[in-house]
Amino acid sequence: MKNDLILDIKNLRVIYQTDLETVEAINGIDLKINKGKTLGLVGETGAGKTTTALSIMRLLPEKTGKILSGEIHFDRQELLKLSPLEMRKVRGNRIAMVFQDPMTSLNPVMTVREQIAEAIKLHNANLSNDEVDQRVETALSMVGILPSRKNEYPHQFSGGMKQRVVIAMALVCEPDLLIADEPTTALDVTIQAQVLMMIRELRDRIGTSMLMITHDLGIVAKICDDVAVMYAGQIVESGTVFDLFTGEKRHPYTQGLFDSIPSLNTRSNRLKPIQGLMPDPSNLPKGCCFAPRCQHCMDICINERPKQVIEGTHTLLCHLFADSSAAPAPQEGE
Amino acid sequence: MSQATVQTPDKIVFKKQSQAKEVWRRYKKNKGAVIGLVLFSFILILLAGANFIVPYSAATKGVFSQINQPPSSEHLFGTDSYGRDVFARVLYGGRTSLMVALLATASSCLIGSTLGAIAGYFGGRVDGVIMRSLDIFMSIPDILFTMAVVFALGANFQNLLIALTLAYFTNYVRLVRSQVLNLAEQDYVEAAKAGGSGSTRIILTHILPNAMGVIIVNTTLNVAKIILYESTLSFLGLGMPPPAPAWGLMLAEAREFMRAAPHLMFFPAVAIVVSASSINLIGDGLRDALDPKLKS
Ligand SMILES: Nc1ncnc2c1ncn2[C@@H]1O[C@H](COP(=O)(O)OP(=O)(O)OP(=O)(O)O)[C@@H](O)[C@H]1O
Ligand code: SF4
Ligand SMILES: [Mg+2]
Repeated sequence: MKNDLILDIKNLRVIYQTDLETVEAINGIDLKINKGKTLGLVGETGAGKTTTALSIMRLLPEKTGKILSGEIHFDRQELLKLSPLEMRKVRGNRIAMVFQDPMTSLNPVMTVREQIAEAIKLHNANLSNDEVDQRVETALSMVGILPSRKNEYPHQFSGGMKQRVVIAMALVCEPDLLIADEPTTALDVTIQAQVLMMIRELRDRIGTSMLMITHDLGIVAKICDDVAVMYAGQIVESGTVFDLFTGEKRHPYTQGLFDSIPSLNTRSNRLKPIQGLMPDPSNLPKGCCFAPRCQHCMDICINERPKQVIEGTHTLLCHLFADSSAAPAPQEGE
Repeated sequence: MSQATVQTPDKIVFKKQSQAKEVWRRYKKNKGAVIGLVLFSFILILLAGANFIVPYSAATKGVFSQINQPPSSEHLFGTDSYGRDVFARVLYGGRTSLMVALLATASSCLIGSTLGAIAGYFGGRVDGVIMRSLDIFMSIPDILFTMAVVFALGANFQNLLIALTLAYFTNYVRLVRSQVLNLAEQDYVEAAKAGGSGSTRIILTHILPNAMGVIIVNTTLNVAKIILYESTLSFLGLGMPPPAPAWGLMLAEAREFMRAAPHLMFFPAVAIVVSASSINLIGDGLRDALDPKLKS
């Protein structure tokens, strides 16, 4: 039954502890990714998306980041119980990660070939140099870069090409799970689309599952199967892309995200960004975290944490839906 | 870049070689660096072949009838206050001085960089222990420290090396630590961790190569500093014991005869300046040649 899950996160809590304060970055989230599927993790800046990814990789900053509780099951292994050495074998080989900024994720003094070769050799010590070289070339042509450019240094590549190299490095060991942390945010719009299409194509070819971190619902619509919306370290809504985009019920925060998308179709070019700011994660409100910004805020919202409402594949964290009959129809969809 | 198209079917076996070629190609473009290299090679050849030019005895055994003579065809650089041939002393002294400077620089760089990399990368308690012990070394002035070591162990080549290493390795610890602290935050280090690299590999392949430029410049400046420091020590009678020649020692001895025989100070001084500057030129060139962003 659970064999079709590649990643199953249960009740994960993560804090950053500094001398000055304790930041409650992740407050008990559950996430599931099915084999071969792509989960979109959406949310504003500071919601805890990167922290989630780093927790899976077990790469939280050693001195400050702490996993308080929870389980991270990855293909029948519990990642939080692995020894550092075992975890190193998982990283890059079975779970790979692409970081946000391609400009800085390549080593400036190593050629592209050396960097990809290193990624290969780390997990395939028995390959001969010829075979490694062969794979480097395959990887480069896979992401649309001429293999003849392999001896160049990162600074000789454009931003989009660098991100392609980074993606080639991430996929060269054919990982079971690819975590992409806003892989296109640092690129300009036309390149974004190209890189995105390429990621989608390679994902399908290799058959890897994916965690796609983004703040762009458009990207979710294009390449994800499922979505989780994150707010102040909690998953406030999750479900299939279908549930979220066309479902009857919609979390007020998700609604806010939809309203803040500039639309070319509507005539009134009125954008409605969500008012206010995310609460200070070192001092979260005791009720619903979204309450200070929510248009539907009720008394109970201020005093009590909402419970998760589950309807099939669709989950919501909001008092509005606790009693299904009380739920108002979501406002004008799209 | 023509490299890529010229050698498409290359094997990894050739990798190191082609990289060295690449560095050399970039190094050659820097005129100063080439001049530095030529000068320094010339100096090294002279020092290595000293035996074929003048016998060692000319540098240590004086002829009392020929004291403080100015340069002549018989004594190219003149003679000193013991009637020894200054040319021979510059040659044989250079062997000692350069050897001490290069070895002391190498050992302080190696020890200091390793400690600095460990302190910076692992941080926390390891860092605390290393840096606090360093404070002890640094709270004592270099010269006092060296004096203590040389007095305790005696003045000879090996102890001079130990004293100089102990006086200079602290620079590297601080320098490399600060570089590593900075570089360890870089995204590509995070990316390497995410790729499954271990600490040693990350330090060796991602952090130190990026700190190389700074380390090299510091190292070449250090060679020059140590040559001069050795002369300070000789001044205080803590350098190489006479009559074995060393550039610092020669400067120290020449002090008394500055007016009567200025050539005694001039030749070793020129030797120090020329070798120190050629090493600095080489260092500058290497730093630029190792930085792929500067190549055209
Ligand atoms: N090293 C750290 N020390 C202390 N607090 C941190 C640290 N890293 C992140 N945080 C805090 O944890 C919270 C979650 O941060 P995280 O980086 O996961 O957000 P994010 O959703 O990835 O945002 P973005 O979209 O900007 O990348 C934020 O409030 C942030 O300030
Ligand atoms: S629980 Fe209340 S405050 Fe929170 S999102 Fe729902 S309606 Fe708004
Ligand atoms: Mg982030």
